[in-house]
This record gives sequence, C-alpha cells and structure tokens, in this order.
Amino acid sequence: MTQNSQDFSREELERYSRNALLAGVGWEGQARWRAARVLVVGAGGIGSAALFYLAAAGVGRLGLVDGDAVEVSNLQRQILHGTADLKRRKAESAKESLAALNPHCRMETFDLRLDPANVGEVVQGFELVLDSCDNFPTRFMVAEACWRIGIPVVSAAATGWHGKLLVTIPGPENPCYRCLVPELPPPEAAPSSTQIGILGAVAGTMGCLQAVEALKLLLGMNSDLTHRLLAYDGLKGRFQSIKRVKRADCPLCGVEK
Amino acid sequence: MKVKINGEYREVGAATVVDLLTELGLHPQGTVVERNHEIVDRGAYQETRLAEGDVLELVRLVGGG
Repeated sequence: MTQNSQDFSREELERYSRNALLAGVGWEGQARWRAARVLVVGAGGIGSAALFYLAAAGVGRLGLVDGDAVEVSNLQRQILHGTADLKRRKAESAKESLAALNPHCRMETFDLRLDPANVGEVVQGFELVLDSCDNFPTRFMVAEACWRIGIPVVSAAATGWHGKLLVTIPGPENPCYRCLVPELPPPEAAPSSTQIGILGAVAGTMGCLQAVEALKLLLGMNSDLTHRLLAYDGLKGRFQSIKRVKRADCPLCGVEK
Repeated sequence: MKVKINGEYREVGAATVVDLLTELGLHPQGTVVERNHEIVDRGAYQETRLAEGDVLELVRLVGGG
C-alpha cells in the first residue's frame, strides 16, 4: 500500500488492482485518472468502445456529446446501446450503460449536435477530447476549437474495413488535424458508412486504441501518434504508421496560411 | 516498374503518384501517400515521379465512426 492507495475505497482498490500494477500507472496514475475530465464526441461505433474502456479504467468525469437517437441500424457496432434502447436518446442510453459498468464515473451528457456556435463552449473545461464522431465537418470543428483553446485531441475514425488514429497536441512544433486533411474530402473521395458499410469490430478496434492513447496522455506519457498516423486495414490484418508533418501552409496551424 | 505498395511488391505502369492512384482506383483527395518513409504533399501528387523499388504506403482517409 502506498500513500496514494489510501484515498481509494476497498471496492476501488479491488476494482482497479490490475490498473495499479501496470508499469507507469500505480495508484498515483489511478488517482490521476479519477481526477480527469475527458470529453468524447460521438457515442457511436468508436465512441462506444472508447467510453466503455475509459469508464472501466476509472476516469472520474466523462463528458459525452451525441444528438441522435438509437436506431436499429446502429446496433451492429454501437455496443453502448441495446435493442431495448431503440428510439431512446443516445446520450441517455450511453450514460446508463456506463453507470452500470462503473458507478464511480461521473457523467456529463450533451444531447446536441456540435455546430460552430456551440463547439467552443462544449469542449471548454475538458483537459482531453476524443473525437469519435462520424463525419468530416464535425472533425474539422472539433479540431479547430480544441487547437485554438489548447486541448489535446485523440481522433479516431472508421469506415468499411479501415480505421485511422492520430493525436494532436496544440503547439508550434506539432502537426494538427488539418495538416493531414487540409480540405473537406468530397464524398466520392471518402465514402461514408451509409455508402460502404462499417464493421463493428473495426470501429471498436479504433475506439479501444483511442482509449489507450487517451489514458496514456492523462498520465503525461508521450505517444508516437502526436507525429504519426496509425491506420488499420481490417481486411488485410495490417497496421500502417505514417509520419505526419506540420504544414507551413496548413489552413489551421500554418504560419504561411 | 516494381514498387512495394502496402507491404506487397507490385508491377505498376504508373509514372507518377497520381497515375498510380488512378491505376489502383483510389481518389487522390481521399488518400494519404507515404513514399520511402516521407509523406507526399497532396499538392505534389501530379509531379511526384515513382522510381523502381519505391516503398509506398497508401492510407485511405476515413471519417466515420
């Protein structure tokens, strides 16, 4: 027992015992997770996995943004929601599932769609944002608001059999989301899951990887993904890691924009 | 010429990055290209010429979730 473990209840000491044994975590890390305030944008296929694992790990305060209701076509991948949740608000359904998993986790739900007018207000006050949304315009909004305010973002995406993951930490040396995706890709360049489908397990894989990165960042650990893009090809069973560069002409962070 | 694409050697007819993407049916605005461990600027796909033995990683941009 260390000094830090004394702050936890007996139940928490058991619940988090495998976390505390981890290299680089310990009860000090667990206390850090408990004090953290993290926002997840989207309680869909990626957000379901990410939220479950953040709550399970013991992140103390979890915000979640989703302005949709549960539809039957969501259920092949959005595992926060069950058949009994059809037509319910996703924010409510997700909150209930997460509370059932870990009642120590305090939830803050935003049952709304992000838009340029509300995004700054929603992300403000969170120390870390997970972009788990399902469209590029929202990704651009989250990237811009968080970069300007100075909030790190772990961005995960999936469509079809493919996923990608990257971390952005605002700073003069670091590439942002728009350094990689300068302009909104036209629909034919990046088809959506309503066009080409999405495998639930691929979305879940990306959400799990996103949660790993988030939990490390909360402990002040470094990630290669601040300067790299990790891509997953579920069809081939192959990961790719590509170096990202800061663009001088980046429309968001560039010095020559 | 022979190049390595996503871990596999392939014979391609394309001379430039944009030709290669066309040959493979990939949209230039939806594909991130890494050539010999350096990311290729999206504006340079047209002028970036391929060479024998190039190692390419092509990543499809996805935005869903």
